[in-house]
Amino acid sequence: MLGLDKRDTLLLIIVSVLAILGPFILNPFPSNSALAQFNAGYPDLMQRFVIFGILAIGFNILFGLTGYLSFGHAAFLGVGSYSAVWMFKLLSMNILPAIILAVVVAAVFSVVIGYISLRRSGIYFSILTLAFAQMSYNLAYSVLTPITNGETGLQVYTDDPQYLMGPNSSTVTNLFGLEMRTTHSLDLGGWEFHFNVGYYFCVVMLLLTFYLSVRIFRSPFGLMLKAIKTNQTRLNYTGINTRPYALTAFVISGAYAGLAGGLLAAMDPLAGPERMQWTASGEVVIMTILGGAGTLIGPVLGAGAIKYLENIFSKINENVLQDWFSFLPHDVQEVVVWIFARFTGEGWHLTLGLMFMLVIIFLPGGLVEGSQRIMRLVGIGKAKGKSSGQGEDDEHHPKATPHVAE
Amino acid sequence: MGILEVKNVSKRFGGLQALGDVNLSVNENTVHAIIGPNGAGKSTLLNCFVGKLIPDTGSVMFNGISLLGRKPHEINQLGVSRVFQTPEIFSDLTVFENVMIPCFATRDGAFRMNAINSMTAETSIIEKAEKMLLDVNMQDKRNMHAASLSRGDKRRLEMAMCLSQDPKLLLLDEPTAGMARADTNNTIDLLKEIKATRDITMAIIEHDMHVVFSLAERITVMAQGTPIVEDIPENIKGHPKVQEAYLGTAH
Ligand SMILES: Nc1ncnc2c1ncn2[C@@H]1O[C@H](COP(=O)(O)OP(=O)(O)O)[C@@H](O)[C@H]1O
Ligand SMILES: [Mg+2]
Repeated sequence: MLGLDKRDTLLLIIVSVLAILGPFILNPFPSNSALAQFNAGYPDLMQRFVIFGILAIGFNILFGLTGYLSFGHAAFLGVGSYSAVWMFKLLSMNILPAIILAVVVAAVFSVVIGYISLRRSGIYFSILTLAFAQMSYNLAYSVLTPITNGETGLQVYTDDPQYLMGPNSSTVTNLFGLEMRTTHSLDLGGWEFHFNVGYYFCVVMLLLTFYLSVRIFRSPFGLMLKAIKTNQTRLNYTGINTRPYALTAFVISGAYAGLAGGLLAAMDPLAGPERMQWTASGEVVIMTILGGAGTLIGPVLGAGAIKYLENIFSKINENVLQDWFSFLPHDVQEVVVWIFARFTGEGWHLTLGLMFMLVIIFLPGGLVEGSQRIMRLVGIGKAKGKSSGQGEDDEHHPKATPHVAE
Repeated sequence: MGILEVKNVSKRFGGLQALGDVNLSVNENTVHAIIGPNGAGKSTLLNCFVGKLIPDTGSVMFNGISLLGRKPHEINQLGVSRVFQTPEIFSDLTVFENVMIPCFATRDGAFRMNAINSMTAETSIIEKAEKMLLDVNMQDKRNMHAASLSRGDKRRLEMAMCLSQDPKLLLLDEPTAGMARADTNNTIDLLKEIKATRDITMAIIEHDMHVVFSLAERITVMAQGTPIVEDIPENIKGHPKVQEAYLGTAH
């Protein structure tokens, strides 16, 4: 179907079903039960799952296939958001022009940054991209204040020109009148499910970008990208000019990040410099590796897992912990709460770091490899060491040394 | 005029004159061996043909086109393929994918944005790659990861990759170095077969005299960066200059 083989079609269908049923799947607990705090079916959170999923899918086209590890992808995310908000300020709150401009501007940016950074490989490439992203962050923060509104961040004001705004136009982000914030809630005896227009718009984008990524993975172009990761020397002596291939992958992945940035602004019309900070770049690296770099579904899983855990862990403050451990003797409770508090709330990043270390050490193929190991244990998986010629999903793990500097 | 014409090529590495005034002509459809003791400059010379090194002086012409200043992929696109001393293959990919890549490179050139087609729809490439694997007798290893092949099979795969491009000139740098006797003999047979079935010129650097005398139609002996003798194999064997170069006898 759609030019995909059976396996990939199945994968696409699974992703579609999961995304469409997201509001049910993510709210498994009744809303007044104690477990309700583990629910994640809220519109803004669900939107973020999907948007960061798109970001990670795009990142994976570069890192998973070519092995080039960019540490500056947040720059494209930020550029996308700023462009989108400018469209809101200049034209109207229709998200279509905003998202188109976000993708185009991010792509242009990535042509420039990619062209320069790809002159080097390995760690030098990573450092160049990191430097560019930090430069963008600092420019957005200070020098470019007229464009970015500096520290405050860019937002839409009532006195903005908004040339395409008619008298009846919606004043919130919308797609030709369909407002993104519109949410229908369904109350089913204790369970509550939220169906949000913005979420479903993001889902459509996710499915389109996921489909495109599958096509790239299975194309001759994708094969060349995998070859770049494995052996650039052989590729050069085989008559392939590797640089335009790597640059194209870089630009596609930058455009994905721009789309994600545009969608963030389309859901909430704000853009701030912190979106471009290196921690944001690091986050997408972690998402991709945690899920399984080089696999199709891994990045989406990784993005979902991290955004979910971030939400849960940040919510747990000292009061919640006191409550959890109230059965312990007072002194013990104090100690236990103090320890747990380091890893929750503000300390969430500590948990993230630990989790990342554990995955890298024990499960370098990420969640995808983990689930494959489980399936093999249970005996569902195919015999080990046999793979079809069409590139299994588990075939392309990152290597320790993707590139030796030329 | 040979297919490869090397004139007055020299190359210095710091204080070391690795190549000094090399003149060499490789004729079309011959197997031309370049032999000589370690450090004679054979690999350096080969690197000057493929764009890895740029000689300090002189010219390298292939089919009347200068190779100097061209990048490796440009030189390959002109019809020059190279086999490395340690096989350079795509270890993470399957054997079949390894062979498909050079087929794409030959058909599509140095860069083509081919992200629309699915691999499975590339029937002409698939056919060509299948045939190539059949030719080198590796079709049973089609779906194996290249990394898990034996050393001899890696060499075989690398040759298949080069041959699938139908090169006019095939350069081989010590293709049997470090190989067991059986693998060496396999390689000799493979090269003989290639020679018998194709219009191809081969320049082969080799240490193993058994390999050289089983294959070469012409031999150039190098010592200290310059060719000292060039002749047919029968005349090379007993040549005093060659013995001198190999045994290191003083003048
Ligand atoms: N990149 C390099 N830098 C410095 N010296 C080199 C380099 N490549 C080769 N040499 C030197 O040039 C000489 C010729 O080397 P090489 O061409 O590898 O010899 P051969 O292949 O005939 O054994 C040797 O003395 C070697 O040490
Ligand atoms: Mg050598």
